[in-house]
Amino acid sequence: MDREQAKKIIEAMLFVSDKPLFLNEIKNVLEDLDAAAIKEAIGELGKYYEESGRAFRIAEIAGGYQILTDPVLAPWLKKLYKTAGADRLSGPALETLAIIAYKQPASKPEIEAIRGVNVDGVLKTLVEKNLVKIAGRRETVGRPIIYGTTQEFLQYFGLNSLDELPKLDEFHFTENDIELPEHLKKEQEEPKNEISEPTQENR
Amino acid sequence: MSYKVKLEVFEGPLDLLLYLIKKNEIDIYDIPIADITEQYLEYLELMQLLDLNIAGEFLVMAATLIHIKSKMLLPPDEADLLPQEEEDPREELVRRLLEYKKFKEVANVLQDLEGQRKKMWTRDAAIEMDGGDVFFEASLFDLITALTRVLKDVPKEVFQEIIKDEFTVEQKIHDLLHMLVMTPVIRLTELFKNAKNKLEIIATFLAVLELIRLKEIIVAQKRSFDEIEVIRNEKHRLNIE
Repeated sequence: MDREQAKKIIEAMLFVSDKPLFLNEIKNVLEDLDAAAIKEAIGELGKYYEESGRAFRIAEIAGGYQILTDPVLAPWLKKLYKTAGADRLSGPALETLAIIAYKQPASKPEIEAIRGVNVDGVLKTLVEKNLVKIAGRRETVGRPIIYGTTQEFLQYFGLNSLDELPKLDEFHFTENDIELPEHLKKEQEEPKNEISEPTQENR
Repeated sequence: MSYKVKLEVFEGPLDLLLYLIKKNEIDIYDIPIADITEQYLEYLELMQLLDLNIAGEFLVMAATLIHIKSKMLLPPDEADLLPQEEEDPREELVRRLLEYKKFKEVANVLQDLEGQRKKMWTRDAAIEMDGGDVFFEASLFDLITALTRVLKDVPKEVFQEIIKDEFTVEQKIHDLLHMLVMTPVIRLTELFKNAKNKLEIIATFLAVLELIRLKEIIVAQKRSFDEIEVIRNEKHRLNIE
């Protein structure tokens, strides 16, 4: 298969797909191309879009590739689909997501210990929006449910992987003596369990 | 009529404390506890004055602040005079504030990312939004709003005599299920339309609530404030006979 042909096929796949397309999905279709060649083709395609002033961009999102529109076009697209993109996550939702993203898997009491407020409602919304999922139960007293972020989370924020989030210690105020998450955990273990699952505790 | 203002001014007690620290340009490692406690309590009072619902967490923090304050006023314990590292009663609070602040900043980063991402469109974004048939499950609040709207339209009568149970919830449940067999989707307003009086409307409303509880029906609306529709829950078929 010649190169241009392969590029065309990849372009068509990216165009049709409504979610990020993984490298191996493309590879399954174009069997005689190796990963490096596919990546190169996608790179060229993206470059072509940009250099020739097309409306599209190719982004690496949630571990796959996806065609997106150039951000400068947003004002017009908003006119076309009035309701789309209007709803944003609330402050509490973003804070809770931030904690889960870095501490995952995190239990409700752990999140509440950091935020200092009840997070029942927020967690429910985040699970409903599929930004957060139940990742199992922690094998400690009360076996609290633990939460983690989803693929959808990466897609929503346009991240390729969690590594793209800034490192926690890049934020100031975290120098020297404050960096003791384990210490903190130990100290707050007791109140945490109290908040969590009273039914389980009263066995 | 007193009306309540629902304002999410602060996400929680830690948020409020961070605000006070910033406002007063205080060094977070050396918080003047007495000052801050006073301001914090003033804020709670203000919230009360505005009739804001003060979450329990705010009160817990108030207690914590007062506790720290009193600890700092007390002379150190005999035991503490021994050459032992003295713990600042504020330490735990400061640690929590810093930890929280960190995640608040991450939340800001996420918000920026969200904004950037929302400027770039994918095909599914357009499809999802234009699909039209996205149903939200109507909340209890929506239902009650609908009820008050219907009740408002009822011709004003004086309901002073004691009326016998002309309309029972049981009967209404039965009727409703029968109607749903014929037409799988009924608008809530249609259910109320033929009601003769308030009591019948209320009986119908209670029947709807009961059927929701029994998972026999689902109430849904296409978008907020839209017409509420009553739909038979297919997953939970029943035998009416």
